[in-house]
Amino acid sequence: MRIAFGEALLELGVEVEDLVVLTADVAKPTQAAVFRDRYPQRFLNIGISEQDMVDIAAGLALNEKVPVVVAFAPFLMRGWEQIRSTISRCNLNVKLVGTHAGLSASDEGASHQPLEDVALMRVLPNMTVVVPGDREEVKEATEAIVRKDGPVYMRIGRDEEERFLDEEFRLGRAVVLKDGCDVAVFSNGFLTREVLEAAKEAQVDAMVVHVPTVKPLDAETVVSAAKKAGAVLCVEEHSIIGGLGSAVAELLSSEYPVYTRRMGVADTFGESGTYRELLDKHHLSAPHIKKAIEETAGRRGMR
Amino acid sequence: MGIAVETSDLMHATDVQKLKEKIREVRRSLVDMTSMIGVHLGSSLSCLEIIATLYFLKMRHCPHRPQWKDRDRFILSKGHAAPALYAVLAEAGYFPKEELKSFKLIDSRLQGHPDLKTPGVDAPSGSLGQGLSIGIGMAVAAKMRGSRSRVYVLMGDGECDEGQVWEALMTAAHLRLDNLVLIIDRNGWQLDDRTEEVKRKIPLRSRLESFGWETYSINGHDVEKIIEVLDCADRAEQPVAIIAHTKKGKGISFIEDSNKGHKLKLSEEEYLAAIKELEMKAGCA
Repeated sequence: MRIAFGEALLELGVEVEDLVVLTADVAKPTQAAVFRDRYPQRFLNIGISEQDMVDIAAGLALNEKVPVVVAFAPFLMRGWEQIRSTISRCNLNVKLVGTHAGLSASDEGASHQPLEDVALMRVLPNMTVVVPGDREEVKEATEAIVRKDGPVYMRIGRDEEERFLDEEFRLGRAVVLKDGCDVAVFSNGFLTREVLEAAKEAQVDAMVVHVPTVKPLDAETVVSAAKKAGAVLCVEEHSIIGGLGSAVAELLSSEYPVYTRRMGVADTFGESGTYRELLDKHHLSAPHIKKAIEETAGRRGMR
Repeated sequence: MGIAVETSDLMHATDVQKLKEKIREVRRSLVDMTSMIGVHLGSSLSCLEIIATLYFLKMRHCPHRPQWKDRDRFILSKGHAAPALYAVLAEAGYFPKEELKSFKLIDSRLQGHPDLKTPGVDAPSGSLGQGLSIGIGMAVAAKMRGSRSRVYVLMGDGECDEGQVWEALMTAAHLRLDNLVLIIDRNGWQLDDRTEEVKRKIPLRSRLESFGWETYSINGHDVEKIIEVLDCADRAEQPVAIIAHTKKGKGISFIEDSNKGHKLKLSEEEYLAAIKELEMKAGCA
């Protein structure tokens, strides 16, 4: 995903003259280096100082530039108060990109595994929050957020080559990848791939809805899927507190109360391991999701 | 040649005289505001001459076109001195002076701390330690665009406790931003106590110098000195830091150089005493 992100930045560099990329000594692992090599005059390596970087981006935006800030997601959150008090408060045109989403920094352990970034960004007024699924979607989402006016947070994860999404990314749109009537499964990021596999294997007819824009949430699609299926399962590589599952539950609690189960990392930190081992341990791999789909379908019509 | 210099000196003297008159006006507006609602009067008065000199004499800006791209920028990083900025902006013509009465009231454009809602405000603040970084972003953008626009950041001395300030000091020196000027309002007080009691700032000047900044110390209430050092900063080849030694509550003896005026609303009696003192000083000037 990071490679796709780097490629997208390069393409945008041609068309968006005011695009400036900033990073905090992680140009290489985030792929921001690709942009640096092509456009050295529009690239700033601020060093290991995320708070400074976030406000420098704010200053650039206040002076007509379109800054894209790239850092490991957990450390970008170190600038959360700067994002809140300056960027979000004044609706500044800054794009914040957090890499190594969820458990994807795997062997690096808990310090490097952001499981709260979506919650922290979602709570901020004016902020758009995007969690794309595969390589192609990362590219499309990168272009979409740069062209949108206002602050955006995008989190990106692993460098999976695999493509599992056909629909083009549109900001604010959730897409039904597979229709079904026993349970509606909402997911985003890489885990949508696991959900698709799980839904195929499941003994019930699951609808799969990919929700790459967590905020603003595509309320129409979410509510109509919940109405049709009568039971909801949310799956994300994030704490079960405050992410996509919470966003869906908040919406449905008033618009169409229905049984809703949230899967994610259950209010705990990650640890070192392989990505697969971590997904398994936190019940986020396809077999665990399959079981949850079947159990949730069994709660159909219950509240 | 000689005549030209004399003429320019004469113009300068008139300008300075006018500036001083405007500062008296603005100080009066500030005291008026403080009779209506709680104001950080002490820290507004310590930096009043600095903000006024920037807006009335130094900066290239246009009150009728607040968004003019190539204007010089001012960032009040010590956002609690917002009343001083608002009083100056009103005097400069960004909005009617009458509007100062709406400071902090519901639906007002004049928020408790600077916000982009206010015409003339270039950057938000209120959370300390962020202004210099924002200034770096603006200064970099100006350079990218080939603009002559300069960026002035006013920070408090207590604010230097924030780690981000030192990140930004490193960044600006590294980028050799000669279009960025930092002014530190060295009034010696922060919310809880004297700055050196809460956390030692001394030796502030050598710390700034060691971070790669061309550093000056001046009396921050002496407008001639402020003008001189700002002119000097125009010719620097690296970022410039100015430590402006000031008095919290300058000009109103019952709050001067103390924390009594950190945030206050003047009683009727205090208000009249303050006005009387200001008028007496104006008479002497």
